[in-house]
Amino acid sequence: MLKLIAILLDGLSYSAWLFLVAVGLTLIYGVMRILNIAHGAFYAIGAYACATALGLYYGAGWSGAGAFLVMGLTAIATGIVVGLAIERGVLRRLYGRDEVLMVLVTYALFLILEDATKMIWGVESYFVYQPYAYFGFIDVGGLPYQVYDLLVVAVAIATGLALWLWLTRARMGRMMIAVVADREISAAMGINVPRIFAITFAIGTVLAALAGVVTAPKIAVAPGIGVEVIILAFAVVVIGGLGSIPGAALGAVIAGFARAVSVHLAPEFELFAIYAVMAIVLAIRPYGLFAAQGERKI
Amino acid sequence: MMTIDFRRDPINILLLAALLIAGFFLPSWLRFLLQMAVAGGLVALGVMIQMRAGLVSFGQGLYYCIGAYAVGMLAVKMNVTELGILIPAAIIVTAVVGGILGLLLSRYRDIFFAMLSLALSMILYGLLVKAAWLGSTDGFNIPAVSYLGHVPAQAVREDWSYVLTVVLVLISCFAVARYLASGAGALCDAVAQNELRLEYLGTSARKVVFIVYLVAATISGLGGALAAVAMGHIGPEMTNWTTSGGFVFVALLAGRGSVIAPVLGFFLLELVRTYALDYAPNAWQMILGAVMLAVILLLPEGLWSLVRRRSAK
Amino acid sequence: MSDNTPLLVTENLEKSFGGVVAAGNISITVGRGEQVAIIGSNGAGKTTFVNMVTGYLTPSAGSIRYLGRDITGLNPRQTARAGIRRSFQIAQLFPQMTALENMIITDIAANEAKGSFRARSLTDARMDAAMALLNRFGLEGIANEPTGTLPQGVRKQLDIAMAAVNDPALILLDEPTSGVSADEKLEMMDSVIQPLISDDATIMFIEHDMDIVRRYARRVIAFYEGQILIDGTVEEVLANDKVRHYVIGGTADA
Repeated sequence: MLKLIAILLDGLSYSAWLFLVAVGLTLIYGVMRILNIAHGAFYAIGAYACATALGLYYGAGWSGAGAFLVMGLTAIATGIVVGLAIERGVLRRLYGRDEVLMVLVTYALFLILEDATKMIWGVESYFVYQPYAYFGFIDVGGLPYQVYDLLVVAVAIATGLALWLWLTRARMGRMMIAVVADREISAAMGINVPRIFAITFAIGTVLAALAGVVTAPKIAVAPGIGVEVIILAFAVVVIGGLGSIPGAALGAVIAGFARAVSVHLAPEFELFAIYAVMAIVLAIRPYGLFAAQGERKI
Repeated sequence: MMTIDFRRDPINILLLAALLIAGFFLPSWLRFLLQMAVAGGLVALGVMIQMRAGLVSFGQGLYYCIGAYAVGMLAVKMNVTELGILIPAAIIVTAVVGGILGLLLSRYRDIFFAMLSLALSMILYGLLVKAAWLGSTDGFNIPAVSYLGHVPAQAVREDWSYVLTVVLVLISCFAVARYLASGAGALCDAVAQNELRLEYLGTSARKVVFIVYLVAATISGLGGALAAVAMGHIGPEMTNWTTSGGFVFVALLAGRGSVIAPVLGFFLLELVRTYALDYAPNAWQMILGAVMLAVILLLPEGLWSLVRRRSAK
Repeated sequence: MSDNTPLLVTENLEKSFGGVVAAGNISITVGRGEQVAIIGSNGAGKTTFVNMVTGYLTPSAGSIRYLGRDITGLNPRQTARAGIRRSFQIAQLFPQMTALENMIITDIAANEAKGSFRARSLTDARMDAAMALLNRFGLEGIANEPTGTLPQGVRKQLDIAMAAVNDPALILLDEPTSGVSADEKLEMMDSVIQPLISDDATIMFIEHDMDIVRRYARRVIAFYEGQILIDGTVEEVLANDKVRHYVIGGTADA
């Protein structure tokens, strides 16, 4: 029974984390047709920025719930600054180019940003465990569980809902959907596509940074955390179907629970659980569960 | 004249052969660098031939690593130190893995191919890092090997190893040039440009992709095996994404015109890196990334296109 | 098999997409050496028919036989190997290659379907054959031009020349003159139809221009709303009231 509760809670918590990590990737791909490998670097930068910001916060002698405000602001600030800089500086010159070329471009950006991170923060690990410990444990059916992990679930759900509401209700969000459906017609209808792209990329980057920020208190923030994230995020969005936000949610839940089940029942396969799910899904549906069917070309 | 014409590439390979023979007399540190670089150059060549089919492999280090670990594990865990067994074994192992994964990956193109190849290489990296019995992140050392029963004396061991690498790299270059000049090789370009038309001409694009993937895997595995013998040490870093990034970098810069371009290109890269690491140890990837960006923005066909453009005049 | 085996027989061929029938009840028999025009307004099911015969679409019902052999449900690669070739509404070329390279690749793809390592692919004989084929279609002038930037009419000519490699018995042309300017249409059709006829190829082509139909077809099949409206000689079909009303349109009521 305890094991079942543990699997359920861990599954929820992994799913939430995977969704946060993957949703920005799928949003950017869906709107811009750019598979952004640098997403992993944005995640890492978010985590480092969080470590620095919290370091300053606690260093100033403050404590308490204000840390969470600092974390939120850090995610938004780093995401917007880094995202807009990359979009304005590099990607804007390359819109309309081949998808493979864009992967090479974001790969090059990933290489650059990885070293940039090392230059700014060095190669030592950072630890900011305070927010993780702040809420302590809660008893769930006899199992003590970290409240922070459950809050991450809430953050993921809130993020997903906010994004969904914004895309379907807000004017700007609906314009984004229009751009997804048909870029040229949207442009002809007077939608400022470059502006939509800039905003999409900034939001996607904020989401990546947010994932890094909420993860930072749980891990040793060190070089190399970005590459694992981009591959996991890709696995998640591929399960759901690249470019689909509900797909990312579904993929995150499937992958998250697969990993939770594996961790508790067959720990030696933990590393493979998510990739195994991805391989099975791809074997049945080569482009993921929610992928749009290819249109007739001739 | 033609982008699909590889009939004259053997001349380029003879040029490479002359350079490598001259390389025998280089100072030993530089010769070792050259040797390691041409072994790695085979992996870059593997990336390049896949690029001809429009496929970017961000995880070619996978086969570099598998080739090396095949040699290493046979030598250390099973005490097989005869090259006559080690090298063919490494080739067979990579070909088998490449064949199995090729069945999966030949369904995919574009970003899916790129990302899945990256994911596969990082899965192996994750496994090796956690495998304490294989030395985790440190890897392990490989004992001295025998050449068809002959164990060279300590003083000339490096000479033997250099000659072995050079001979096998040159044979591989000839084999790849021959493959590119065959039907299966010529059709790679067609896959990249219009798969639909190719299917309507009666050829399976998937088969063309499978073959190029398998060829690339096999030569990369050989490259890894040669690197393992030369270095006497292997580690999971060989399949890390940054290693694969170097191969992509070279293939991108070398263009698609000659099989010797990625091999020589990788040597130049290693040479520059040796110095760059002294001056700015944490800026190497940044330099790679920045140059890659510049090449994409300014020279879409790679540096080799400069050579071709000039000779066309 | 005797020489009277019809080249192509479709029986009650049907294709529906999610319940909507795009083409149905299509029963056609085509003999050797025929020149058949397929007419009909947009969405009448013409391209769906061609796509089924050449394996791009799998029929929902019915059968296709080619030279007596059941080819229903084969993929494009298999229909091509069986001897059916097609051209496309939008020319399908290898855009970064020259016209000559396109023909050479076409020859390699059509004749080394097994992806052979054995033969060297770029032989002088193959280059000569490719050049000769370009000559036959009047395309020798653009042999060394990259095809990506050629005018649409020339691209479509090359597209048809590529379909003609290996002298296939049946060629389906999907709107060969669409996108070609009005005063170039006849010249373009002349340059592609003549070499095909002299090879005894059976030609089926989708066409909207009735002048072209009168000039190059012996038989016309009119499609309307996914069905065959009428199948007969050129005079018969073009004089038919329904065809005049639904297909040729406008002038019919006058």
